[in-house]
Amino acid sequence: MTESTPAGLYRGMRLIRAFEETALSLVRSGEIVGGIHPYIGQEAVAVGVCAALRPDDQLTSTHRGHGHVLAKGADPRRMLAELAGRESGLNRGRGGSMHAADLSLGVLGANGIVGAGAPIAAGAAWAALRQGLDRVVVTFFGDGALNQGVLLEAMNLAALWRLPVLFVCENNGYATTLSVQAGVAGSALARAAAFGIPAEAVDGMDVEAVRLATERAVERARSGAGPSFLECRTYRFEGHHTMERRVRLNYRSAEEIDSWRRRDPLERCDPGAGQRAVIDREVGELMAEAVEFALNGAHPDPAGALDHLYADGLLPRAGVPT
Amino acid sequence: MTKLSYAKGLNRALADELARDPAVCVFGEDVGAGLAGLTPGLQARFGADRVVDTPLSEQAFTSLALGAALAGMRPVVEFQIPSLLFLVFEQIANQAHKISLMTGGQITAPVTYVVPGSGSRDGWAGQHSDHPYSLFAHVGVKTLLPATPADAYGLLVSAIRDPDPVVLFAPAGALAVREDVTTELVPVPIGSARIHRPGEDVTVVAAGALVYDALAVAEELAGQISVEVFDPRTVYPFDWAALSASVARTGRLVVADDSNRMCGFGAEVITGVVERGAPLRTAPRRVTRPDGAVLPFALGLDRALQPSRDQLRDAVRAVMF
Ligand SMILES: Cc1ncc(C[n+]2csc(CCOP(=O)(O)OP(=O)(O)O)c2C)c(N)n1
Ligand SMILES: [Mg+2]
Repeated sequence: MTESTPAGLYRGMRLIRAFEETALSLVRSGEIVGGIHPYIGQEAVAVGVCAALRPDDQLTSTHRGHGHVLAKGADPRRMLAELAGRESGLNRGRGGSMHAADLSLGVLGANGIVGAGAPIAAGAAWAALRQGLDRVVVTFFGDGALNQGVLLEAMNLAALWRLPVLFVCENNGYATTLSVQAGVAGSALARAAAFGIPAEAVDGMDVEAVRLATERAVERARSGAGPSFLECRTYRFEGHHTMERRVRLNYRSAEEIDSWRRRDPLERCDPGAGQRAVIDREVGELMAEAVEFALNGAHPDPAGALDHLYADGLLPRAGVPT
Repeated sequence: MTKLSYAKGLNRALADELARDPAVCVFGEDVGAGLAGLTPGLQARFGADRVVDTPLSEQAFTSLALGAALAGMRPVVEFQIPSLLFLVFEQIANQAHKISLMTGGQITAPVTYVVPGSGSRDGWAGQHSDHPYSLFAHVGVKTLLPATPADAYGLLVSAIRDPDPVVLFAPAGALAVREDVTTELVPVPIGSARIHRPGEDVTVVAAGALVYDALAVAEELAGQISVEVFDPRTVYPFDWAALSASVARTGRLVVADDSNRMCGFGAEVITGVVERGAPLRTAPRRVTRPDGAVLPFALGLDRALQPSRDQLRDAVRAVMF
């Protein structure tokens, strides 16, 4: 769980940044297969939101999900082991970058399908209401998801049934190569308003602003007033996916990237006098340990490739007669 | 002689059809950037109003393509990942596929759906590694699965010219293939199989990229067992005449199919041959993904669930006795 003190917020963001930088280098060295969607640049969103949550609150994550899962408290060692496909990973090496999740922390899955997490979050929130729990469920999604019917359908249900859901749109300006200007008619906030969902735009590079806005929304949800919508304006500093390092695409200008890098959420966060260096060193040591842990983990046994497919132990037929 | 890559084969087919027929147009995500390999250069050449970048609204743009087709266009719709076809199954199976019959033949729906990279792509995990060609064959949508660059060219051209909805799966495992092309690229008729290597003892029906595994196994066993490598190229409609003729010669059958075993394409091929009373000398075999396979992330697990060369070799040996 992310602590809401200045040092806690900074540490949460530094951990994600360091984790992603480590993951990038393991992609380069071939230890992580299939690549990742780096979260670098957007740390203030995951950390600001999760700092306003209780441990029993839940969330659904996305293809760009490492930050959300870490901010909710996942062990970076087991998270990295998951990305490296080891049995010691959060998902026993079955999920990988796009699905790394820790259910014990209320992470109801990271998703490879854009927009797919929103109705799942609404369902968990509906169940919480029925069960008399006052938990809140957050669904993270990108600007690209604003154009998925299923997200808009989930917003309608959440508003109609006053579900304790917080819709967090991480507007980083692009869905892969498509800019928001070219992809979204009207606006994110207007879409929420159309369902009567209170909506607010937040500087997604300012962790404290995100935390405060989330606090207000969470308060509303817990008091029974229903869903809220936050549009966090942010930016990804890296390519959409690590494969973008191999193919040259020019949908964003160098000046644009630079101007956002100058608003780096880690630089703009003051952890308190003398804290920065201490935290940086501590996180650096943690990540070194995580690499050790991840790369020394055992690879899963291929004989167990279909383990966990069915909860009741049903054994499917193999691909050849046995 | 030139080297043609698989992606270039698809790209060239699309370019040729865009140039030939003003009704042809393209919808998809990041098609301007050519991210998925199908469309590089096409937006610059044909314009952003014919090669159209769409928002992430698959259900809408898939049926928008149908609407455009009903109004006289010939849309090609690109999907970046195979599981997006699950998202738009309604729009394809329930709308485009049914409209001709339901309107009593008043109208047809010439839409082509292309997945440039279907099947496992090392490390893309459960939601990005499906290869759902059996599903589309099952509902009766014309389903193409070219294995080679020239067939990718020829089948995409035929798909675009076809009056009905057609789904084309470009197997991820074939995308890196390059081929020497000595003759002019031509359309390949839908529903026509191809024998890559003639043989006398066993017919191996290999779907998509598994053609290359079948060829490798055939080469390896040459001298001991003479393997005929049969590439259906089209999953549906299937070239039963060609397969019957092949099996009539060899009397033995193995199917290599990158679908799930239960209700998969391999099951249909074997049934079709048996039903026709082919004189099989031994029980046929198939090598498939397991029942209901979800591909796990870790590479060793992912590989363990895909039909392998070893499994195919064992199956070929097994049907000899
Ligand atoms: C429904 C769906 N369509 C397309 C894709 C392929 N895809 C993966 S991420 C992505 C862009 C998503 O953009 P956005 O929602 O803004 O999130 P970001 O990547 O910017 O974090 C696309 C097109 C997908 N995974 N799911
Ligand atoms: Mg985005």
